[in-house]
Amino acid sequence: MSRESDTVRLSAFDRALLAGEEGAAPQLAMRILTRMAEVRGADSMLDIEAAHIDSTIYVGDAGLEFAERLASLGARVRVPSTLNVSGLDEFHWQEWSVPAEWAEKSARQMRAYDSMGTIPTWTCAPYQGRQTPRFGQQIAWGESNAVAFANSVIGARTERYPDLLDICCAVTGRAPAVGLHLEENRLATRVLRLRGIPEELAAADDFYPVLGHLLGPFAEDDPVAITGLPVIPEEDQLKALGAAAASSGAVALFHIPGVTPEAPTLRDALGGRGPVAVRDVKVADLRAARQELTTHAEGALDMVVLGSPHFSFVEFGKLAALLRERGAERAFAEEGGCELVVTTSRAVRDLAERAGLLEPLRTFGGRLMVDTCVLATPMAPGTTRRLMTNSAKYAWYSPGLLGSDVAFGSLAECVESARRGRVVREPGLWD
Amino acid sequence: MPDGEKRLQGQVIVAGSASGDVLHATQPLSFWGGYDAASGRITDTHHPLAGAMAAGRALVLPATRGSSTTTAVLLEAIRRETAPAALITRGVDAFLALACVVGQEMYGRSPALIAVGDDAFSSLADWPHLKVRDGVLTPGSG
Repeated sequence: MSRESDTVRLSAFDRALLAGEEGAAPQLAMRILTRMAEVRGADSMLDIEAAHIDSTIYVGDAGLEFAERLASLGARVRVPSTLNVSGLDEFHWQEWSVPAEWAEKSARQMRAYDSMGTIPTWTCAPYQGRQTPRFGQQIAWGESNAVAFANSVIGARTERYPDLLDICCAVTGRAPAVGLHLEENRLATRVLRLRGIPEELAAADDFYPVLGHLLGPFAEDDPVAITGLPVIPEEDQLKALGAAAASSGAVALFHIPGVTPEAPTLRDALGGRGPVAVRDVKVADLRAARQELTTHAEGALDMVVLGSPHFSFVEFGKLAALLRERGAERAFAEEGGCELVVTTSRAVRDLAERAGLLEPLRTFGGRLMVDTCVLATPMAPGTTRRLMTNSAKYAWYSPGLLGSDVAFGSLAECVESARRGRVVREPGLWD
Repeated sequence: MPDGEKRLQGQVIVAGSASGDVLHATQPLSFWGGYDAASGRITDTHHPLAGAMAAGRALVLPATRGSSTTTAVLLEAIRRETAPAALITRGVDAFLALACVVGQEMYGRSPALIAVGDDAFSSLADWPHLKVRDGVLTPGSG
């Protein structure tokens, strides 16, 4: 054992960082990392190949002061590091009711992380861009939905990194060797068995947020396997599943035998061991979970929000098709509709623009917000009290963060509801 | 057993001495969207402690849940002095630990953070107050 830690075996490089040989910023970061490695009971640290920094979200002066402390000490990331959403749509915040003081501080926090040599992606869906990690890579990612996607869908290896620690990993290139970084901890210990789910329902876009919402409390923070899915889900459906499960629970890794890369079979997912818990889930259970996501079952709406996690290029394509198909040629507002907001990244916005996918949205009076999301920036006026969304993550956090009531629905229901300015349900798969 | 003889030994994650009224819940809490650092109140409408004032108290939770922004919210509460006086968890919660460690680095203060295990965690539900010192929990208020 080194003299710098009683319990963690530090490498010569770790000790050099702790001694300040690489500068004051990595020294501070390594001091925090070492302390956290002790808390987690790590034997040692390991090298990471990439990081995703969730510390970018402005929630108060403490996070800003931490960012500026690191920046003032000359912090530079040692591995490619993407940036999560910030507290501000940097170039359009004045279009929303964002207070100037919030904007100034959020912008300072953005500049601090920008100054560290990071990749300014400003998105909570970094896995749908050019910086997607690879199978088996050791990475240090923050942002709960991104962690679930990276581990489960890609098979990269990351713990659920909290704000502040993700940047410590990035400026040192090191992480405590614990949890999901280690192969033996990646096996499922719980199994959720879907029973008798109709194929049509399992193909629907609103099936996955509901399944994830139900999965969260069952999984606790253990890797979990899901069986009995009658279809192969699309990427955006897996994204919605992970985001929901990481909101209602602390899910960082799920396996779907035959779909996700570490689980060719259920036996592989379990590593040949018996699960500690099994739960059978039928349509009735999912129907109940779907109802939990709604606190505002009917009536007028102030806003429909889409895009948590950030809307993808494929989702913009679906939205554009839906808007065209619904045939309205005027702004929603002219028909008594409500505000429609889509949150996404700059990169996806630009691609969608070039592909002509934003035009229908504009025709209908819909608006885009980039760099951030409705939960991370105070964009909605105090009179916005009734939201509708197709995102379980928005549905889960809106009551606590925004003090609003929320209706959860499919993308089609959201579009129709925005158009009519009230919650519209389409009869169908759930009935 | 009289209160004076009750004693629980926990694992010290972040050292500290504190005392306060106990807020106990068996459901995990996300501090992002769940804890208002301006007031020190619990705001997660999904949580049984919603609306409770946690600042200066002994907050007893199994763990945190969900968002990786929990740490930043607790750090902000530490900065504003609206954090709980003590955080008692069932197992080791790395999110809370990190906020406490960085709180010490940045502001030279932190709630005491103690992990107590399953049995002690359940028994704390009956304690109206607790005092913590060197990882030892007693039911005193002073």
